[in-house]
Amino acid sequence: MFSLEGITTATQDWLLIKFNPTIALAIECVIVILLSISLFALLGLVLVLMERKVAARIQIRLGPNRVGPGGIFQTAADTLKLVMKEGLTPDTADKFLFNLAPFVVMMVAMLLLAPIAFAKNFQIWDINIGVLYISAISSLSVIGILMAGWASNNKYSLLGAMRSGAQIVSYELSAGFAVLTIVVLTGSLQISEIVAAQENGWWLFKGHIPVIIAFVLYIIAVTAETNRAPFDLAEAESELTAGFHTEYSGMKFALFFLAEYINIFIVCAIGATLFLGGWMPFHMGNWESFNHIMDYIPSSIWFMGKTFFLIFLIMWFRWTFPRLRVDQLLNLEWKYLLPISLFNLLLVTIIAIMGWHF
Amino acid sequence: MFLKDYIYDVYNGVRSLLKGMRKTGYYFTHSKEIITEQYPDNRATLKLADRFKGEVIMPHDDNNEHACTGCTACEIACPNGTIKVVTKSEFNAEGKKKKAVDALVYRLELCTMCNLCVVACPSDAIKMAPNFEHSVFDRTKLTKILNKPGSKIREGIE
Repeated sequence: MFSLEGITTATQDWLLIKFNPTIALAIECVIVILLSISLFALLGLVLVLMERKVAARIQIRLGPNRVGPGGIFQTAADTLKLVMKEGLTPDTADKFLFNLAPFVVMMVAMLLLAPIAFAKNFQIWDINIGVLYISAISSLSVIGILMAGWASNNKYSLLGAMRSGAQIVSYELSAGFAVLTIVVLTGSLQISEIVAAQENGWWLFKGHIPVIIAFVLYIIAVTAETNRAPFDLAEAESELTAGFHTEYSGMKFALFFLAEYINIFIVCAIGATLFLGGWMPFHMGNWESFNHIMDYIPSSIWFMGKTFFLIFLIMWFRWTFPRLRVDQLLNLEWKYLLPISLFNLLLVTIIAIMGWHF
Repeated sequence: MFLKDYIYDVYNGVRSLLKGMRKTGYYFTHSKEIITEQYPDNRATLKLADRFKGEVIMPHDDNNEHACTGCTACEIACPNGTIKVVTKSEFNAEGKKKKAVDALVYRLELCTMCNLCVVACPSDAIKMAPNFEHSVFDRTKLTKILNKPGSKIREGIE
């Protein structure tokens, strides 16, 4: 059976035979870096194409269909165009911060990749405070956005960045509470343990209604945190042209664009890990043969399937709901999501203490 | 009481959001609803909407007769001088002098397809046609005379 664990183990064994442990570790680091960069590039291409196709189907259109069969090379062609374009820096911009900002945003996205379990025993860094690490690092992305907005020396950029700051700071709370419900149920912050706790059933099914509420809150909060419609007032092209990346062009713009999609992937991957069991196959109680068939599907396929399902859900939101105003956005968080998630966390805590979950 | 309103608010909000998602989900899963025309490829079988307004035409029947009385109502209705009706005097069968259209000059480059002329026409002599391939190399080709040469008004239209 195909498994990514086998490949990594074989690679490590081979490296340890050929080189001494230090050099082998260094080579492994280089391999991991290359793999994560290529994953980023691939995800950017795939997700942008997916977004355009989903948008087209929802709006009764066909979407890109000229470049390659069914338009599958459209995003590759777009990237080629962006690479060849001039990366213009405005005259009055703060040059250092302006050029640094896209890389900060990208770096935050890359750091978030570390604790995600892509398959069984296939994880870059199984840190024992994985969930805390994720929520800490994901709040750093607002710095890159504020940096871009401030350094552009453009009122639209600054407005977009400020809105983004208010939005991310607010929605982090309810996202954090939603994550905490799972931490309470599992009793661990480590991603691998959270996944292992879902062996006999995903938390979404095991945790009764409170976990379903937490899941809905999580999806809403991360949609806001990644600045996606209906919470995309940081970009709001009809009001602010493009918000914080108005002044960016060429490859620097592409980095922002890529980071947006990578962030979607990462938050959906975390959502899939916490609520949908990560790479755990779908098991039904005592149906031995059914469970056995499900085990035959590789764990990486399970993980990617769940993640892409959540990504599709977020895209579905984007092309269905109209954009909120700033006051509506903050009302939604502080008057609805936060009280509900606080109450929900209390409920989950009671369930966890009394052992009422399955 | 407050709590009841609050829960009702949340319930209503979620319900309306799900309603919207149901609609878009229906479109996503039903590809037969797609209305995109692959224009240059399907030029022969292109289907345009019934109300598509591409240019003003004057329909002629088989006897090369039209319904235009030359009343200039369309010219008066046109907000930007697109239509110019050149009239002439004719003698009808009873030998009476009567006004008739000589040339209905239509300047496509000025037309905004507002449809006011078609609405104003008392005898339904002109209508909007779904033609949109209007590119020409010479601007004068956009000035059209809508009544065909040698055409005359249909019997019984006043």
